Amino acid sequence: MEHRGLGWPRLPRLLELLAALAVQAVRASAVAAASPDLSLWPMPLSVQTTPRVLHLSPDNFFFGHSSTSKAGPSCSLLQEAFRRYYDYIFGFYKRHHGSADLRVGVELQQLQVSVVLDPECDAFPKISSDESYTLLVKGPVASLTANRVWGVLRGLETFSQLIYQDFYGTFTVNESNIVDSPRFPHRGILIDTSRHFLSIKSIFKTLDAMAFNKFNVLHWHIVDDPSFPYQSITFPGLSQKGSYSSSHVYTPNDVRMAIEYARLRGIRILPEFDSPGHTQSWGEGQKDLLTPCYNGKDPSGAFGPINPIWNTTYSFLSKFFKEISTVFPDEFIHLGGDEVDFDCWASNPEIQDFMRDKGFGRNFKKLESFYMQAVLDMISAINKSSIVWQEVFDDASKLTPGTVIQVWKVEDYTQEQSKVTEAGFPVILSAPWYLDWISYGQDWKKYYAVDPLSFEGSQEQKKLVIGGEACLWGEYVDATNLTPRLWPRASAVGERLWSHKDVRGLEDAYRRLIVHRCRMLRRGIAAEPVFTGYCDEDRM
Amino acid sequence: MAGSALWFSLLLAAAFAGRATALWPWPQYIQTSEQSYTIFPHTFQFQYHVSSAAQVGCSVLDEAFQRYRDLLFGSVSFHFPQPMGKWHMSEKNSLVILVVTPGCDQFPSLESVENYTLTINDEQCFLLSETVWGALRGLETFSQLIWRSPEGTFYINKTEIEDFPRFPHRGLLLDTSRHYLPLASILDTLDVMAYNKFNVFHWHLVDDPSFPYESFTFPNLTKKGSYNPATHIYTAQDVKEVIEYARLRGIRVLAEFDTPGHTLSWGPGVPGLLTPCYSGSHPSGTFGPVNPALNNTYEFMSAFFLEISSVFPDFYLHLGGDEVDFTCWKSNPDIQAFMKKKGFGDDFKKLESFYIQTLLDIVSAYGKGYVVWQEVFDNKVKVQPDTVIQVWREKMPVRYTKEMELVTSAGFRALLSAPWYLNHITYGPDWKNIYMVEPLAFEGSPEQKALVIGGEACMWGEYVDSTNLVPRLWPRAGAVAERLWSNKMLTNLDFAYKRLAHFRCELLRRGVQAQPLSVGYCDVEFEQT
Repeated sequence: MEHRGLGWPRLPRLLELLAALAVQAVRASAVAAASPDLSLWPMPLSVQTTPRVLHLSPDNFFFGHSSTSKAGPSCSLLQEAFRRYYDYIFGFYKRHHGSADLRVGVELQQLQVSVVLDPECDAFPKISSDESYTLLVKGPVASLTANRVWGVLRGLETFSQLIYQDFYGTFTVNESNIVDSPRFPHRGILIDTSRHFLSIKSIFKTLDAMAFNKFNVLHWHIVDDPSFPYQSITFPGLSQKGSYSSSHVYTPNDVRMAIEYARLRGIRILPEFDSPGHTQSWGEGQKDLLTPCYNGKDPSGAFGPINPIWNTTYSFLSKFFKEISTVFPDEFIHLGGDEVDFDCWASNPEIQDFMRDKGFGRNFKKLESFYMQAVLDMISAINKSSIVWQEVFDDASKLTPGTVIQVWKVEDYTQEQSKVTEAGFPVILSAPWYLDWISYGQDWKKYYAVDPLSFEGSQEQKKLVIGGEACLWGEYVDATNLTPRLWPRASAVGERLWSHKDVRGLEDAYRRLIVHRCRMLRRGIAAEPVFTGYCDEDRM
Repeated sequence: MAGSALWFSLLLAAAFAGRATALWPWPQYIQTSEQSYTIFPHTFQFQYHVSSAAQVGCSVLDEAFQRYRDLLFGSVSFHFPQPMGKWHMSEKNSLVILVVTPGCDQFPSLESVENYTLTINDEQCFLLSETVWGALRGLETFSQLIWRSPEGTFYINKTEIEDFPRFPHRGLLLDTSRHYLPLASILDTLDVMAYNKFNVFHWHLVDDPSFPYESFTFPNLTKKGSYNPATHIYTAQDVKEVIEYARLRGIRVLAEFDTPGHTLSWGPGVPGLLTPCYSGSHPSGTFGPVNPALNNTYEFMSAFFLEISSVFPDFYLHLGGDEVDFTCWKSNPDIQAFMKKKGFGDDFKKLESFYIQTLLDIVSAYGKGYVVWQEVFDNKVKVQPDTVIQVWREKMPVRYTKEMELVTSAGFRALLSAPWYLNHITYGPDWKNIYMVEPLAFEGSPEQKALVIGGEACMWGEYVDSTNLVPRLWPRAGAVAERLWSNKMLTNLDFAYKRLAHFRCELLRRGVQAQPLSVGYCDVEFEQT
């Protein structure tokens, strides 16, 4: 078991022990995967299955709480999950397939769930949340054990993937023993709701599919140049003037619903408010925020990045991020900081004066860092942590320790990982996983083949890689094509971030992925085909 | 080109006339003004002119009126703004349709005339066409001319349109073998084709992976060759429904049964049809193309295509003929013996020709014409002069423009698909490349150019099924549609972008999951279910 990242508390001893056993069992997982009916995705850390099968009847199966569990029926997160997974297992299959004879063999009547520690039923998932679980499938009562509800959610997903219908339509599961935990704690999907608006329903769908793939972070790139759909309570003008239309907005209630929907699936919502570049839409509703660009001696009428030299800028941002920090419960806020265009700043005489006063010379990277450092300090002051795109690291002379750097530029990204981790900063990798870059054929293989730790560096450096994100930028994506473009391509990233690094066989992955894709289809996710073939549910 | 200067100025004028001219594909001649007329949904009617050859009871038009009424006003609540008495001059209560030639119960054909004129002025609101097919095209244009103010009132501007297609064959290929497409996906596609004035649905029904077409002569083909004989099939009823649904939209169904290659799925249902491949002196257990050395093969094909000829009413059948792999034929001793007997030497193209010629004779005897993929021409199969050759290979053996030149200089009619393989996707606005293709940009005489009957956008199914078909197809296929319908001088990408972006939003409004062209939004977005 690998521990990575920021130095959050180590897992309790019990799971350490289980995990140690699991490492030895990794070889077994390859054997288990050869069973035609076992198509788990992402592949758990350790799977042992036997040919002994159990049968399930929709009318005589339930999810229950173990008497020793720290969580009970009052844990609505689990009750909701039980209902969902009952439907995933039984609801979407052909129900009346004749009455299979359950008397042959052993029946599985219950999955008993046991939470060992304080369950965190009403908490929000965090980067340090414990997602490990063990699943023991035997008749008549199977057991799912985890330290927290987050592990239970992951285990329920695995349990649902173990069940299949045999030739006669009987729900069947093989006796199995699974020990599982994620390789990386930050496994994200980025959606971009500025270039195209995505309805709350589309976001819900995405969260559903994320849970099927054990993703745990929705990186919500909520605003950018083209539109500002986030409805701010403090600055309502931002969306009033900056959104595409009054129906292309996320109300506070929409945001709350998304956060809760995600929480119930063990998914964090990481909001991104990218600045100082990528902010054209902010300017509509917030006068005197953006830099007026000059054409010689006169303002050209165009605007550039946020103006980093005015006090009003910082008092605005301070109030704005104060709101963001209360609306979004996650410990992290993504501050962007990418692709700052210096031309407009350079054209502006006030900024030129400021540069001279500060002794920045002609080095606009210093101005950029000045701005970013001020925002980073603001975020620290409200007790949040920051994530930024790699330029903030590249262009800074010094940077608040602990700031998480997201590596996105595909050119020499492994070198960038080396540099960032050598400087001691945690890393999220996205560079090889820009899913908006489409091409003909099975590009999932390319995403799958990536190893996030394939850069030059010490063990300590590698531990600083807290995970990765599949990014689906919105230039050419909206609700019409979001789902088939994302799934199952993002599933490749999902397994890479969850499963053991040795799980990389393409043939086996292909075999499991096509079954997983049909499973998503059955659950209402319009995941596109991996290659020629069919699913039973094509006619739906 | 005579009159082109006038035409171009009209085009530019229209480009600045705002929302009323968001037409796709762009008509041949249009004159429009800022003057607009109000349309009241609750009083508006489509009416047959007294001297129209089509009258009430003409299924093609009666149903089209209903469709366009729903498309235009379907979601409108009918109890607001009431007509205010005297404003009749600026109000349009009806579109009057006059069809010159009778023929409501026929099928559209390659020769169908699709011309129409549409006149909206103070005196009239009038659609004139030679045939019902032209009336359908005019109704679509009419529906695109109507716009809605922010207050919800419907308007149409004073407009004069004279329109006709540049090419008579404007097709879209769907592949239902590599992935099965539910009937609803096919029917929905036919609707969107009509919005784009496409008029041929090229149905690549079967191929190596599966045989979903349910044959009543050979039911085992589907029973053993489909992905799932209970669910992943097209019954006779399904096929009939597709043909009629298409007919009502002025769309021909061109059925393709590709042989002798691309036939692995035929094998399980018809033992002995495919060539057994050999490994040395023993059968390897695998199979190759249809076995051209056996009489049984031709008996089967006769019986099979007899059925196909009666099921599909179009004059043309597509017989495939592409990508025949010779290695299996070469390995088989029976085939080697047959080659010797026929004096073909080592030239398997001759064997291929032998097969295709025999097949073409069979199909000709049923009174059908045929379309084949370019290999049939490339491999010098002797075919009848009226054969249509579909050019699909972009660069090999020659660039597609060269191939067009060769095909037409041999006197054959040509269909262009090579630059329009929409299943090939890339990042960004690839519709521009699709749009800028000029089908007649090859070396050749005017007579040669006249042999190009049109083109097809192809959506092959390796990576496409009902989950991603619609956004991958639309609005990209729209670029092909305009190229095949509109004047060849229409090549301004900015002008196209404005209209196509608008048209894409209109498609969304009509419930079509058409993907975005670029950053932006539509008033009505696609609603996730």
